[in-house]
Amino acid sequence: MAITPRVRVPDTASVGESVLIKALINHPMESGQRRDRDTGEKIPRMIVHTFEVTFNGKEVVTFYPQGAVSQSPFFEFYLKVPEAGELNFKWIDDEGSVFEISKPIAIS
Amino acid sequence: MNLSRRQALALGGAAISTALIPVELALAGVEETQAAIDAFTGGAELLEGDITLTIPELVENGNMVPVSVAAPGALSIMLLGDDNPVPEVMTLNFGELAGSSEASVRIRLAGTQNVIAVAKMGDGSFISTAREVRVTIGGCGSN
Repeated sequence: MAITPRVRVPDTASVGESVLIKALINHPMESGQRRDRDTGEKIPRMIVHTFEVTFNGKEVVTFYPQGAVSQSPFFEFYLKVPEAGELNFKWIDDEGSVFEISKPIAIS
Repeated sequence: MNLSRRQALALGGAAISTALIPVELALAGVEETQAAIDAFTGGAELLEGDITLTIPELVENGNMVPVSVAAPGALSIMLLGDDNPVPEVMTLNFGELAGSSEASVRIRLAGTQNVIAVAKMGDGSFISTAREVRVTIGGCGSN
């Protein structure tokens, strides 16, 4: 299954408003603790280790998950909207894959 | 030593349950948790303060436990589970455009344990809070 991020961002906000942002990515978040049922070998860790959110290039919030963050990690946080612009989401996993998505926010 | 039948049974039960835990399954525990906290705080004293951890007291499925943490004015927050194989659950930084120092996430808990939140405040101090969560089915290394 392809890994595709989904985010919920308001289309518009007023300047200085704090808005709730939701982000989900259907990543397996293999914790590195499970064992293969047949071989008994530990399944190597393969998680999203960094999730960065920026608005017009400025940091909003950065998450550094460990193996104890659930499969298909779901994050909620608040953005203080300074101006109209682009909210960028970036997930990086243990294999080096980078998943990115951007959403525009206009000033109402 | 004279034992009543009841005492003898209790002792035997305790001995058996201890013997049945394989070394490999021994979870991280208090020392590793303290080490993870020290790595975050640099060994600074943990104070009480305005930090709120919202988490169910009883969860059936340890694979997906909703957690919210809020600490107004925090620059950074670490979440830990003191009986998970890896105690650190997540660390997050709030940037200049964070609307408030709060966030929600879903986490895995291997069993009943304390979930701990440690926040780094703007003045360089650290505050923390903890809540016990009872877990019916653990969410690490299973399924």
